[in-house]
Amino acid sequence: MLDTLGLARLENLYAHLPKEVLLDRPLNLPRGKSEYEIIDYFRARGAGNAAGYANFLGAGVYRHYRPVLVDTVISRGEFLTSYTPYQAEISQGTLTAIFEFQTMICQLTGMDVANASMYDGSSAVPEAALMAMRATGRGRVLVARSVHPEYREVLRTYRVEAEEIAYDRDSGGIDIGDLESKLDTRTAAVIVQSPNFFGIVENVKQAASLAHARGALLIVVFTEAVSLGLLEPPRDADIVAGELQSFAIAPSYGGPFAGVLACKEKHMRQLPGRLVGETKDANGNRAFCLTLSAREQHIRREKATSNICTNQALIALMATVFMAVYGKQGLRELALQNLSKAHYLGGKLHRLFSGPYFNEFAAVVGDPQQINFALGAQRIIGGLPLDRFYPELKDAMLFCCTEMTGRSDMDVVAAAVNRRD
Amino acid sequence: MIKKVRPHPTQNEPLLFEISSPGKMGYQLPDLDVPSLDPIAALGAENTRSEIEDFPEVSEVDAIRHFTRLSTWNYAIDLGLYPLGSCSMKYNPRVNEAVARTDGLAWIHPYQPDSRSQGAMEITATLEAALAEITGMDAVTLQPAAGAQGEFTGLLLVRAWLQSLGNARRRVLVPDSAHGTNPATVHMAGYEVAHIASNARGMVDTAALERMVDQDVAALMLTNPNTVGVFEEQIGDIARILHAKDALLYMDGANMNALVGIARPGDFGVDVMHLNLHKTFSTPHGGGGPGSGPVAVKKFLEPFLPLPRLKRTDDGWRWDYDRPQSIGRVRAFYGNFGVLVRALAYIMAHGGDGLKRATLDALLNANYLRKLLEGCYEIAYDAPSMHECVFTDRRQAARGAPTGAIAKRLIDYGFHPYTVSFPLIVHGALMIEPTETESKLELDLFAEAMIDIANEIENDPKLVLKAPHSTRIAKVDEVAAARRPILKWRPPT
Repeated sequence: MLDTLGLARLENLYAHLPKEVLLDRPLNLPRGKSEYEIIDYFRARGAGNAAGYANFLGAGVYRHYRPVLVDTVISRGEFLTSYTPYQAEISQGTLTAIFEFQTMICQLTGMDVANASMYDGSSAVPEAALMAMRATGRGRVLVARSVHPEYREVLRTYRVEAEEIAYDRDSGGIDIGDLESKLDTRTAAVIVQSPNFFGIVENVKQAASLAHARGALLIVVFTEAVSLGLLEPPRDADIVAGELQSFAIAPSYGGPFAGVLACKEKHMRQLPGRLVGETKDANGNRAFCLTLSAREQHIRREKATSNICTNQALIALMATVFMAVYGKQGLRELALQNLSKAHYLGGKLHRLFSGPYFNEFAAVVGDPQQINFALGAQRIIGGLPLDRFYPELKDAMLFCCTEMTGRSDMDVVAAAVNRRD
Repeated sequence: MIKKVRPHPTQNEPLLFEISSPGKMGYQLPDLDVPSLDPIAALGAENTRSEIEDFPEVSEVDAIRHFTRLSTWNYAIDLGLYPLGSCSMKYNPRVNEAVARTDGLAWIHPYQPDSRSQGAMEITATLEAALAEITGMDAVTLQPAAGAQGEFTGLLLVRAWLQSLGNARRRVLVPDSAHGTNPATVHMAGYEVAHIASNARGMVDTAALERMVDQDVAALMLTNPNTVGVFEEQIGDIARILHAKDALLYMDGANMNALVGIARPGDFGVDVMHLNLHKTFSTPHGGGGPGSGPVAVKKFLEPFLPLPRLKRTDDGWRWDYDRPQSIGRVRAFYGNFGVLVRALAYIMAHGGDGLKRATLDALLNANYLRKLLEGCYEIAYDAPSMHECVFTDRRQAARGAPTGAIAKRLIDYGFHPYTVSFPLIVHGALMIEPTETESKLELDLFAEAMIDIANEIENDPKLVLKAPHSTRIAKVDEVAAARRPILKWRPPT
């Protein structure tokens, strides 16, 4: 090949670069390693991270069983090693799966349209807020303090002017009076999460009617997608911004996950991200392709709805396979198991809030650090001390139970907490 | 003659909803070891749905066949050359997939105590250090989820630094050859876009730059090598012009695959840049994602990086939240950790020498293809190519077959098309990036295909215009899809 180019050495390929930009030494990195050594390195790094412990952490990242079929499907090179499906004729596999994904997200959320995924739930929230601001022409949002604290931080980073709505100290849901007093004609959207960060199911209907009465949109956030197997979908929302990590996506220290944005049809052209639509090929066969790309950065550049390009297609495919495997009955049964487990432990502890809850709840425990220390000795990662995000909740912890949480571990946790009372 | 492929039957497959049948199931849950609750009693009737309307019900066999059949309708790197320009579609090593699934890494909860996450934190710190060495920059954040979020993070850093000096400024310069994400990001970061024209060699016009940079300009966003595959030889002057007015040089690292081991942005005046781990560092594109878009900065920007930052203490690694000048979080948790694991595995497998060798092979493959194709296709700019070569369709379009038609015909020859009609400064661009992955055998087949197509355009342009002919579906009507959007399946009425 060098002969074809009339070059003597590979280094001549960049001889035209200015001398002062060239690196005049080898990169200071260890020499290349064999496959065996690489596997060994990562196995060793994984060894100290509480693998095999029972774990009561939720708070936006949930431990659910991952059906074997999920990795089987996404390991197929045709899905794993393909690019964004711009060339529809040789990308029908990815396009069809995304169309099914969009459909199932609509079925779960009660929305009309869903996009092909966002980076994660936390970045879907500011994108939803920006959508609402474009749709209403208004400049600020109200966000419930019971929305995931890190999601609220991301909202601020995205330069969205956001005022917070308090949570009700009894129910754990939003403080309706506070919402009413802060809603005004500058409010583009009200953002609530359900189940919220404390695990409490919010009254979406009420929030929607208050927001709509002032001409604002309602954005409903979810972090625990399994809850949609049992909970009434947020049909009264205008935009739903969610995190699908619960659908067969490993916790993986916080990513990669898959966010999604769904909305009512009238906001369809404000959606950021990829959308797949149904059409026909030249012979009249059903076919799918990326569509409405006039919203996107590669066409509209600075006038696009967002700068998003790469999304989470493979992770969204995991969620798609998960939804197919569990199906209509399975997702309901899975949700019911989560509900039953959490209420079993919730019934044994002093819960902080009275509102209805799904698979997470806050409990008053005394000294969270001490309890977690004691549980650690029994190979259990306890709950999340809530003062990390809510300084006023010093003696409370957030516990999550899923279908993978065993009764005997819950009994150990209950005993450890109640011993202190 | 088409050498690489011949037709074979592929299975038809309806949508999941169309193979669904009541009562079918593909799952099994263990028996509940606690009392089963009545959801209406626990949640209230108003909060409980009776069913998920129209949700599919299929068996495990239905599901595996469904998705396997769909998969056979895709082209992929595993099947052959995937020469999308500026996408670095290189082989995705499978050891990366294996290590990312290590139990002790895949199941770490981000809120586990730091003391029980040390392995994950060390991987993160090791990758940060490796990327700093590769880019010649001083500090790296791994938090951004993808390239575009990296760009956004980078511009927020620029804004925060300028603000700390008293004035965030108004404009960001973007070359007319830039990726669409650049101007879109500028807008999201609250700046105005000012376009800067390229010169006759496809590079930034430094005289124009000198005229445009003033006290209102915050930064220039530059891809280097740029989107015509050419190294910006005036990069030293570009940096000097910007720095003289306290404006910063942002580098879009989409084309970093051309530079690893031979030149470092930190050494040629770049202040802030992002990398795409799913391009340069071999993590799978997965049909559109996930990616990861680390941002590397010079020392003076480090205080502004997203929080938290890793900090080494006597007790090991800690996440440091005490960062008063930070721009805040750009996403929850610590980044796409699973992607970071894969990228570190790639760097470990190559080592410093191996990374440089990959760069040289990428340059060799691109220049080899350029040489083979130059006779039939007109190169867009004479300047030497780095890791990709960009042609214009002028000659072929004159015969009625523009770049889009050539791309579709390439599918019949068993290849994924190149990037079509981008960059915008090239008339009917054909943007070709083979990466280091490809052998001479595959490149020769591709060149032959391209040359055959050029000949077909001379002799029988209709054949090319009606392509593809061999795919399981014929040309897709994208116009109809946009005119009457059908974005989900509906049950037949």
